[in-house]
Amino acid sequence: MKLATALDSGRGRPFPLARITPSTLLGGGRARRVVERNILVYRRGWIFIVSGFFEPFFYLLSIGIGLNKLVGVVEVGGRAIPYTSFVAAGLLAASAMNGAIFDATFGIFFKLKIVKTYDAMLSTPLGPADVARGELAWALIRGGAYAGAFLVVMAGLGYVGSGWAVVCFPAAVLVSFAFSGAGMAATTYMRSWQDFDLVSLAVLPLFLFSATFYPLGVYPGWLQLIVRLTPLYQGVALLRGLDLGLFSWSLLGHGVYLLVMGALGLAVSARRLSVLVLP
Amino acid sequence: MRLGVQAASQPGAQDASAGTPPAVAPSAASAQRSVRSEPLICARGLVKRFGSIVAVDGIDFDIYLGESFGFLGPNGAGKTSTMRMIACMSPVSEGTLRVLGMDPAVDGAKIRARIGLVPQEDSLDLELTVLDNLIIYGRYFDIPRRVIRERAKRLLDFAELTDRAHSKVDPLSGGMKRRLTIARALVSEPDLLILDEPTTGLDPQARHLLWDRLYRLKAQGVTLVITTHYMDEAEQLCDRLVVMNDGRIAAEGTPHSLIERYSTKEVLELRKPLGMTGVAERLAGIADRVEELADRVLLYTDDGDAALEAVRLREFPYEHALVRRSTLEDVFLRLTGRSLID
Repeated sequence: MKLATALDSGRGRPFPLARITPSTLLGGGRARRVVERNILVYRRGWIFIVSGFFEPFFYLLSIGIGLNKLVGVVEVGGRAIPYTSFVAAGLLAASAMNGAIFDATFGIFFKLKIVKTYDAMLSTPLGPADVARGELAWALIRGGAYAGAFLVVMAGLGYVGSGWAVVCFPAAVLVSFAFSGAGMAATTYMRSWQDFDLVSLAVLPLFLFSATFYPLGVYPGWLQLIVRLTPLYQGVALLRGLDLGLFSWSLLGHGVYLLVMGALGLAVSARRLSVLVLP
Repeated sequence: MRLGVQAASQPGAQDASAGTPPAVAPSAASAQRSVRSEPLICARGLVKRFGSIVAVDGIDFDIYLGESFGFLGPNGAGKTSTMRMIACMSPVSEGTLRVLGMDPAVDGAKIRARIGLVPQEDSLDLELTVLDNLIIYGRYFDIPRRVIRERAKRLLDFAELTDRAHSKVDPLSGGMKRRLTIARALVSEPDLLILDEPTTGLDPQARHLLWDRLYRLKAQGVTLVITTHYMDEAEQLCDRLVVMNDGRIAAEGTPHSLIERYSTKEVLELRKPLGMTGVAERLAGIADRVEELADRVLLYTDDGDAALEAVRLREFPYEHALVRRSTLEDVFLRLTGRSLID
């Protein structure tokens, strides 16, 4: 049960925001009961609010100050921008992915296989689709809270690219949606905690190679092509474009990619929950 | 339908259901019960398969309002699979099943809204307190918080958990967890309470407390569906039961009628010396029937003391003798040639 502890001390952080977010918009119907349950679980964990703020703070400060000294300026779309702005948008996307993946994999596996939370839920009028939608809605509430904190820190340190950075908020939630959906779907196929090594194996290269820390142009052509197809790159490119106010049709493409990814993940999760819990 | 085995077609089945006016209940339920036409649960030729494994192999049964109905059988007999189908938590592979007049495949959520399920493994929410477990479970049924709080108070009382209301679930004893699970299942005031192995793994004291609580529910007219592999539990709690073995129903009736039909009034139980052979021959003629188990010999007779006398006269070397009345265990042994708990 050590992973349960890891879960508790990990990203299980609530936000007062969660109390006032209309979950109906996100989950709707009975799915909101799942959100309600999660709020009940986390309502006393105020300490996580603090850590939710400090994590991006440390991240941005260390990489911002450290690497900025070495790099200085990066060229994006023909414009020279400070490295801090460049990397902050990338880190926002990566942080949204990390948070979503952690919750959707460890959190869902714990409830699905270890403490059997869904067995209890599915013996009530709740159905598998309600559970999947509710968990996703909860992930978005939390993802939104993390992203909000991140953006505030970013702005406070003067790392935002332009006033358009405000639009990064919904976009970061979209990144959470995509990775939560996909993570949840993947989790339903996991048999034991060992399988989580595969998650790290997938997440780490995404984190490092998705043009998070340097522009895509440094890669050879073939690698650029591969990176362009991977999911975190969509988030990084989308958030960076929005943050700098560099709008293009490709941003729409990134958005659609993430939307489809999350929706597919949600559909697969609901189906798999039904197979696993209601055999 | 054609697949449907035994139970309904068994000679004992009809007289059993006819002779089972569900015990007591001075509640609203009794008014409805006088119109005993439509069963709450009705299964015909019910089959459950998992791949090539047949867990439930074509069973028929009817469960009526206000009665306490049992599925008695050893582990692996198909009881839990049957319960899960009734609770709309497992799709029916073949045959028909109607629960509360509805089809689980179509109206699963509506049926579950009116059922209280106490699963074999407690699925309590370990991340919440005792009280919050009741509250959130009620919320899954869309019951207003105010109403749940009111009910939770009574239910905690009923489950003798009032002083543990704000404790987490994990430190509770097995019996407490079980009682909380029952309280949780009652928070929606269900028409039907399904209990899958309610006392398995509990110590005798905890079992008796739990039985007492189930008695009270029974007296209030709550319809109970219970699976168990304990014959004493079935005898204590069930108005009517089916004996299950290998996915089939071997017999149906009241505990009393089953014992009467399939066993003798008394049983003489002899603990035999290790490695003894030829027991049946040596005891021939003393009882109506002799069953030889690994360590014991059971002599079925209407007069146990007389049989014991006869055994003594033959100088049969037993280590310990016991005369007792027949139980459902004996019925099961007779029907299947196996013990309930191996």
